[in-house]
Amino acid sequence: MSDIQDIKLSNAQIAWRAAQDIEDGAYVNLGIGFPEMVARFQPEGRQAIFHTENGVLDFGKAPAPGEEDWDCINAGKKAITIKPGTAFFHHADSFAMVRGGHLDVAILGAYEVAQSGDLANWSTGKGGVPAVGGAMDLVHGARRVAVLTDHVTKKGEPKLVAECTLPLTGVGCVTRVYTSLAVVDIEDGKFILREKVPAISLEDLQAVTGAPLHVEGEIGDLIAPEELA
Amino acid sequence: MDKRLASLAEAVSRIPDGATVMIGGFGGSGAPIELIHALIDHGAKHLTVVNNNAGNGHVGLAALIEQGQVDKLICSFPRSADPVVFTEAYRAGSIELELVPQGTLAERIRAGGAGIPAFYTPTSYGTDLAKGKPVAEFDGRSYVQERWLKADFALIKAETGDPHGNLTYRMAARNFNPIMATAAAVTIAQVTRVVERGGIDPEQVVTPGIFVDHVVEVAAPAQEEALNRAEVVYP
Repeated sequence: MSDIQDIKLSNAQIAWRAAQDIEDGAYVNLGIGFPEMVARFQPEGRQAIFHTENGVLDFGKAPAPGEEDWDCINAGKKAITIKPGTAFFHHADSFAMVRGGHLDVAILGAYEVAQSGDLANWSTGKGGVPAVGGAMDLVHGARRVAVLTDHVTKKGEPKLVAECTLPLTGVGCVTRVYTSLAVVDIEDGKFILREKVPAISLEDLQAVTGAPLHVEGEIGDLIAPEELA
Repeated sequence: MDKRLASLAEAVSRIPDGATVMIGGFGGSGAPIELIHALIDHGAKHLTVVNNNAGNGHVGLAALIEQGQVDKLICSFPRSADPVVFTEAYRAGSIELELVPQGTLAERIRAGGAGIPAFYTPTSYGTDLAKGKPVAEFDGRSYVQERWLKADFALIKAETGDPHGNLTYRMAARNFNPIMATAAAVTIAQVTRVVERGGIDPEQVVTPGIFVDHVVEVAAPAQEEALNRAEVVYP
């Protein structure tokens, strides 16, 4: 079996792949951290409208250092900018957008995703100070809830599992997972393999996945731009 | 009618020990730093505070916690760049935490201000945060019952205010401020600019004055982020 470290996609490549599925004009919420990277890789000619929980739609890029206006931040508390078309609104309206089915896509990180679509991404269950933010709201209401993640943990354990062992963020909510090795849909309680990196065999991919990978039709090649590796 | 007050100290002077206080802001944006510092000076203790976060550094909400004035915090995300004050109080068992998903927190506040004692939401269904709460099915989907949230006082920050308490906000500093204004028995707004009646275009009013009891001008409000970069400690 080839060493996964050598063939897996980088985070930027995973984010690039997820960006290819976002339609022009889609309303999109990107989770704090790794998923925020998706905004950088919008395909030419498409423009998604990004939502952030603290009450901004269609914001611009980060300002240059020293140019920050701390009244203008995103949910990660990083400075953003306004642009023509930006809208501000209060928190109850913001989460009406989230739960009310008005977002097309929410893209989140994960500790574990189960074949049922259950997601665990807010607590490692180890104690410390618990914090949930908007994660439990974001998994409900968006038409598609996608996850970006490494295929395995740092210890090599599967992150796509039969059942989550960590505290749940939501039940049966994830519809697609973009990993460092594959693109997997979740339908009717099953993982359906859509794409995999060409260098890994189906057998080896299954060996690092915690529940059966079902194949329906052709498995596409998961290939991302080299320069993002 | 004139809801303007001359001083921050006067505005917070009637907040008693044991009060529930909503404090606006999301991180530092929209946080009424000067009102919080006036509350520290006033000294009310055993407070229950409602805020999205738990403070950052040693100013604002973090300073209020550091002074031992907060018994309980209701929030969604008690982490920040420098959450040491809350984290230490939590580990020492000197502060109680009620963790609420962010959208549920917003809707509980909205419901409190709108006279809706409870509502059902899909958020948190099947998770640890739904434990002990009633669940019901509507149109084939399961939902969790949540209760309204109200407060004795709300401390909020706005951009412009008039003598009737009509308010406008600035950029993303709006966040929880307008909904908290509706959910407290007494709402105190610090505003960057007080204008005469008619000074706010009626089409631009975000919080109508009926939700606001007192307006205090703080002409150049501090930003939590800037104070923390300068390593300010209050008091």
